[in-house]
Parts: sequence; C-alpha cells; structure tokens
Amino acid sequence: MSVAVRPLGSPLERIEGHDKVLGAARYAYEHAPDGVAYAVIVPAAIAKGVVGSIDAAEALAVPGVLGVLTAQNAQELADASGELAVLQSPRVAYRGQIVAAAIADSLETARHAAHVVRVVYEVAPHDVELRAGHPGLYKPDKVNPNFATDTEEGDVEAALGSAEVTVDATYTTPAQHNNPMEPHATIAAWEGGGLQLHDSTQGAWGVVSAVAKVFGLDPDKVRVISPHVGGGFGSKGTPRPHVVLAAMCARHVGRPVKLAVTRQQMFTLTGYRTPTIQRLQLGADGAGRLRAIAHDVIEQTSTVQEFAEQTALATRMMYAAPARRTTHRLVALDLPTPSWMRAPGECPGMFALESALDELAVACGVDPIELRVKNEPQVDPESGHPFSTRNLIACLREGAERFGWDDRPEPAARRDGRWMVGMGVASSTYPARRAASTAHASAAADGTYTFRITAADIGTGARTVLTQIAADALDVPMDRVRVEIGDSESGQAMIAGGSMGTSSWGTAVVEACRRLRAGETEVHVDTADGARAAAAEPLAKHSFGAQFVEVRVDADTGEVRVPRALGVFACGRILNPLTARSQFVGGMTMGISMALFEETILDPALGAYVNRDLAMYHVPTNADIGEIDIGWVDEHDPHVSPMGSKGIGEIGIVGTAAAVANAVYNATGLRVRDLPITPARLIGRI
Amino acid sequence: MRLGVETPPLLVDVTRLPYDRIDGLDDGGLRIGAGVRNSDLAADRRVRTLYPALAEAVLAGASGQLRNLATTGGNLLQRTRCAYFQDVTAPCNKRLPGSGCPARDGDHRNLAVIGHSEHCVATHPSDMAVALAAFDAVVRVVGPAGAREIPLVDLHRLPGDWPERDTVLEPDELIVAVDLPALPVAAASSYRKVRERASFAFALVSVAAALDVVDGEVRDVRIAFGGLAHKPWRAGAAEAALSGSPANTTAFEGAADAELAAARPLRDNGYKVELARRLLVRTLEELAG
Repeated sequence: MSVAVRPLGSPLERIEGHDKVLGAARYAYEHAPDGVAYAVIVPAAIAKGVVGSIDAAEALAVPGVLGVLTAQNAQELADASGELAVLQSPRVAYRGQIVAAAIADSLETARHAAHVVRVVYEVAPHDVELRAGHPGLYKPDKVNPNFATDTEEGDVEAALGSAEVTVDATYTTPAQHNNPMEPHATIAAWEGGGLQLHDSTQGAWGVVSAVAKVFGLDPDKVRVISPHVGGGFGSKGTPRPHVVLAAMCARHVGRPVKLAVTRQQMFTLTGYRTPTIQRLQLGADGAGRLRAIAHDVIEQTSTVQEFAEQTALATRMMYAAPARRTTHRLVALDLPTPSWMRAPGECPGMFALESALDELAVACGVDPIELRVKNEPQVDPESGHPFSTRNLIACLREGAERFGWDDRPEPAARRDGRWMVGMGVASSTYPARRAASTAHASAAADGTYTFRITAADIGTGARTVLTQIAADALDVPMDRVRVEIGDSESGQAMIAGGSMGTSSWGTAVVEACRRLRAGETEVHVDTADGARAAAAEPLAKHSFGAQFVEVRVDADTGEVRVPRALGVFACGRILNPLTARSQFVGGMTMGISMALFEETILDPALGAYVNRDLAMYHVPTNADIGEIDIGWVDEHDPHVSPMGSKGIGEIGIVGTAAAVANAVYNATGLRVRDLPITPARLIGRI
Repeated sequence: MRLGVETPPLLVDVTRLPYDRIDGLDDGGLRIGAGVRNSDLAADRRVRTLYPALAEAVLAGASGQLRNLATTGGNLLQRTRCAYFQDVTAPCNKRLPGSGCPARDGDHRNLAVIGHSEHCVATHPSDMAVALAAFDAVVRVVGPAGAREIPLVDLHRLPGDWPERDTVLEPDELIVAVDLPALPVAAASSYRKVRERASFAFALVSVAAALDVVDGEVRDVRIAFGGLAHKPWRAGAAEAALSGSPANTTAFEGAADAELAAARPLRDNGYKVELARRLLVRTLEELAG
C-alpha cells in the first residue's frame, strides 16, 4: 500500500514549465491575429511644454504606413485621466511621454515611420529634481493605497531630546526601474463593438475595468487574455498608457494592432520606484531600548497623477517605542509618474529603518539581533491589535545559527588578501492580506474538475499552486484538476500584486471546492464578504523575516561582492517549497541588486532619466549572485487565508539592501547611507 | 540602428570576406583577421601564451553570446556607450555635430577623465583594444587608394573639434587585419577591469599591463588604460617613468601619477583617477610578483 503525498506543501514543478522551455507557451506579443498591424511610439523630446505641430507627411508617404496617430486626429476618450489620457491634449508633462504613434504593416516600417515624424514643441522650463526643501513639497491626503499620510504618538521631540543614545541620519534611495524579462506588450483588436486585448499584465480583470472606463464600454465588451506573463514586479499591475494607445491605433486603422514597449521606453512609460530622502531619528536608553522613532520621508510624484509611496509604513509596526512619528511629503515633478515596484513602501523604507537600527546597535554596543529582540512589540504599536502571527525573533535566531553569525568580525577587522570581509543583518516584513476574488468551478462525470479564475501567473508558479490548493481541498490527485487562468472572461479577481494573489485566489478556490464536495457540480463563488470580514478582524497581519549577508569589499577598487546570503522567513504555511524558494531567492537577488547596482540617473538639464537600457541600468548577472540560502519557520495563519499561508512575492526584497549596507559597514567601518553602494562611493573612503 | 542613431542608406555585409584566420608572422608575431570572432581570439593557444592580457581583455568584455558573433574589426569600431549618443532625442556632438554635449554638465560618471574636449567627453568601450594598444598592434587597412598600416594607438582619435569622427579611417576603408608584433614582455601580462557588476558591464577603469623585471629593475613595460578616454589610452608617461627604475610600489605609484597628471576629471568622475592609479599599482605589483 502506498501512501499518497498530499499535493499542498509538496515541491511540485511548474505545470507550464515544459511549454515555456519549448517556447510553446505564448506570450502577449507572440499571438498573430489575421491582418495584424504594428504600432511604434513617438516619444516627447522635451520635459515640459506643448506640442506645437506635428508633420507626419514624410512618415505617411512611406510605403506600408497605415497611419500616424497624434493628439490632433486621436479619438476623444470617454473617461481617461492621468497616464491613461493618451493623446488627449498637446500638453507634454514629461520627456518620453507619448506624442504620436506610427502604424504600419510591418514593425520595421512602423519604426522607420516613427523616426521621421517631425514634432515641433513649445518648450517650457521644467522642474525635475527631488530635494529636501523643495518649495513644492506638500502633504498628500493619503499614502498608497489608503493609509494615513502622517502618524504621531507620544512626544517624539521630548523623547529624542532625553534619550541616552540617539541616531539621526538621512538615507537616500535613487529612482529604480522595473525590468521584467518580457517588456510590456499588447495586441488590440476591435470586433463587433467589443475590444479584445492580448496583454502582458498582472491582472486581466483590472485591465478590463480600466480600459472599459477609458473607452466608455460595458466591461462585458472587453476581453483581456494573458495566460503567460514574463515578469512584472508591479509594473504590469495596472494598465500602462501603451495599452490604451494600442486600442486607439487598432480603431484608427481598422485592423488588429501589436504594440511592444521597447526596453528604452520602459524607462519612461511603465513606472518606476520613486527616489526617496528619508530622515531617521532613533532615541534609546543605554541598553538599546527604543524611546522614540521618527521617520520623515520626502519623495516624488508627477504632474500627471499622484502616486504617494507608503515608504514609512513598516516603521509604524516594526518596533516598540512609546513615542513614534512618521511623515510623507511629495513634490510633483515634470517626470513620469512613479508606480509599483516590488514591495513599494516597505522596500525603500526598511532600507532606512534597518540601516538606522544597525547604527543604533553600534552606538549602544549591542548586537544587532539582540537590539531587535529588545524592541520586539507585544502588540501592533500602531493599532494596539495583537499580531495574527509574528515570528520575527524566531527568524533572527534561526538565521543567526544557520549563517554563523557568532563568527561576525569587529568592524573593519577581517581581511582575506585584498578583500575586506563583513556580515550584516536586517529584518524583513510585508503585510499579509487578501482581497475579493470570484471563481468558477465544475465537476465532470469522469471525476475531473475544472476551475476558471482570472488569476495571473507572472512566473511565480501561481497556476501550479492553485492546482495544488484545489487538489488538496478536493482530496484528489493533481491530474484530475485543471485550473484555467489569465482570461478576464472568468470574471473579477485580485491581481498578482501586493503578495495577495495566492491568498485571494486560493481562498476562492477553497470555497469552490467546499461546495463541490457538498455535491454541487457547477459553482460560482465570490469571496467579497469574506475578504471584507477578514480585513475587519482586530488583528495585525504581517509576514516577517530575517536576512543575513556576507560581503567582500576590494580594498583597492571598492568593488563590492556578495558571496553568500541567507533569508529565513515566517510567511505562514509554505504551499510549494520549490516555487516559494524561487520567490524568496528572486526577491533577495533584487534586493542585492538594489544595494549594489540599480539607479536610474537623472539629468536635470535634459529633464530625464538617461541610462535607459540594460547595459547602463544594471541588474545582476549570475556572476554577481553567490549562494542564497533560504529557510522558513513553521507557521500557519488561518486569519490570512484558509490555506494558512501568507504572501511571499515581495518580502524577499525587504531588508536585503540594509543587510548589504550593514555588512559593508562591518567589512570596512564605512556607513553608506546612499544607494547604490558603488566603487565611486567607496573609493575615496577606504 | 534600431535606436535610430545610425540611418545608413545602404548596408554591406562583410562577414563572408576571408579574414577569419589567425596566422603566425615571420617575426614571431600574429596576424589576426578582422573577421576573427572574439571567442576564437580569446581561445587561441598562441594568444593565450604570448599575449595573455589580450585573451583576458576579450573575455572581460560583453557576454558569451556576443563574443561568439563579435569580430576583431567590429570590436575596434564599436561606438561609445554614452547615454546621450544613444538617445536620438538628446543633443550630442558626436551624433549630431554642433548640437552640444549634455554629458559635460549631465551624467558623466563613467565618461572620460583624460584627453576629452569641450565638445565630447565620451569613452571608447572596447576591452580588446586596450590590450592591443599596450602591445604595439598595427591595423591593416585596405581602400580604393590601396593598403595602409595604422598603429592601433593612432586608429582612434581624441574628440577635439571633430567628435563625430571616432577613428582616422576614411569612409571607404576597411580593416582587414590587426598585426601583433613579437613582444616578449607581453607573455607576462594581465588585464584587470573594474566594474560595479561582475560581468557584462563596461569598464569603469581597466588596465592592460606587461612587465619584465630583471634583478629588481624594470627591463620592459607596456601599459594601456581603458575607460578613461575617447580611445584606448597608452600610458607612455608611466612607461617612461618606469624604464630602468626599481620594480617596487613607490616606483609604480610614481609612474601612475606621471600618467594621470594630465587627467582633467569632470564634476562626478574624479573617482576614476584614483581608481586608475590604484588599479595600475596593484596590477604592476602582481606582475612583479
């Protein structure tokens, strides 16, 4: 008699992995509708002003060109605002904004035509530099998605003034751009008054809602198909302007239109992480017990629409202190609108907080892990609610043991030839939430089950884990379950974002399974009520983790390398150890990248980010990433999802950069508070 | 071309010309055909033995996939990676003469610190060319007016008033080969490249150096820098300072200072001067054993 392995919790490979390796899995741009035409974007060449005139005569004379769309001949959109108000006015709000598109019967012809569209501008002076003291700084009404802009409890200034030990430091993070392997792409086709989009998106239903509104269509008339997506990291969480443009172009020429955003255009059209200027003030007693925490953030938005990154959010709940303050101030600059990038808010904010904790540990002479243990809150400091589960200390303790933290040297004390060697630690956290989703399920007479849900698999393994959840809940083998995702016909569902995808979709699947097991054969579920109730529970729900990094700094050149890193996470039940590990490794890789490489460089005179390809904007190569070890503590959190799981997509990047910076301090004795940590920043100081 | 930087009315495919061999020369040197792939050049046993810094330089450049396609001639003639040159909506004197150089006041962290002009501060991106410059390579060229030979250090220009011209080649000339002379000192050579990312990145600073030490004195030395200038930068002043001098750290530091005295860093790239100095000193220390 064999013992069946339960699918949930097993390290199963991706269901579509074979198809992806063979190239059989089709991505958005790879579909080929009959009569398809190609559109290429003409970007604005000024940072601010007005398009005076556009001469498209030369472009239109090129054989094969079907049209040139500009603000003069573009259709008036029904209800478009912000970045989606494509070609609705001659106003230019940032360099690279869409001012026209050339449409032709081949990509090459369209590209050539786009190059010869002549645009004359009336130039206005631009303002693109984020700085403390900018006269345009203002307090937004809320920060993303709907949190208080500022918080204050206790007398922070008095507590800082009377503290035995204080840290007062300013940390900066640069603008960073998402670079998923698959650039954003859309194929738009109008048929019978309806619109069909093959789109590379993290949420097909979100695209339906947004696009239907823009074009004044009934959502039933819009269908979005996206079975395979080559990464997103937040940049495909909401439809970008090219989606609207593709549909406008298709209507203009009366044919399906393909539009791929080029790698260079991704640095203007698909969002980025705002640069931040963060002042952290910590006050503590001599033993390192925090008396006050103040986190004051300055960051940017655009003149097109507001985006208020929730950078200080994690500081509100990480550590206990009687006096606490967080603030966010924005300035609207003549640049593209910032957008979502893996762990928006937590990622840049925890770089500052966890760096400051390390500085406090040095100032107090306390081990950085013990410092965090001393300041572990019993309840959520902000809400006063208990945590549903909080295993930060377990992560720190287990990580210390596994990493060999006891062997950490004194600052600037360990050499290996020309290399200066050090270790660093930082905490990770990310909210654990779920949102409403619908799902359809049916049981067939042959004992198989089919689920349809508008989930998105952006490379995470979502399709696989949803199949595992269903098979487990039905108590049937995996091969009896088919999960169809990435088609908006399946109805409303949460996006693959906020580390909420699996929790949200999985809850709907579990509910559908419950009803199937009760005897129904066709079910439609909607978890809206349950999601509302879960959100209203008086519990603080977060994931936690601890990250350990070893760095080597070349004493002559300032080159920084990371030979090994460890992340230990407490994210509820791990549903698929194989794909979960990949999420953590990917997050930490992106965190190392943030620490050492990623920076989009602003040219204030030109009014633009200038390093717009992968040769100039560096993400790591395999040679940059050494051993990344991943562990997790046993945890089961039924308050977040019926599977007992929390989200895992984003926490891996949170804290990594601080762990690297703290390790650089340990290796060299130099505190780097401005990312990235490059040879240029170290060479004069080591 | 995809970026619109180059818009040639006509393209000529030269990949099938018979210049894909590495041949020995009578004097013991090598003739590298212009069509020899970077991967083949780096793998050639004679190159690895006689000119190890050249093999190291080639392998330090680009990625495996690119090296499998890139040729010796093409590598020499690659254009700058300056961001403004690559963005057709930005001014650039190299791309559009007279339009201005935004890099001087803009982003120039990885641009030139030596030999630049008010019109252009671009750097030449090649690693391979740095080692060739150190080893007295000669470029063989053919054109309607006949064949000619150009010392590699004279192939690339400084920007001066004509930054649109990267090299002294005439528009109708074609590189057919690069000759490496017999150079015993090159057998003890190395190429060191500093970059933020460990692979697939252009140099912040690189150095190709060869050193022959007898009884504690420098008998022969070759040095060239990459990442500092509009062309591979043969360090003549450093070589002169070292000729016959003791092979020790003090002398190496003096040589580096002698070469870099001419540096005129811009607002944000002064770090390169210190980096070049340290890199040269360490590379020579390692070669001196």
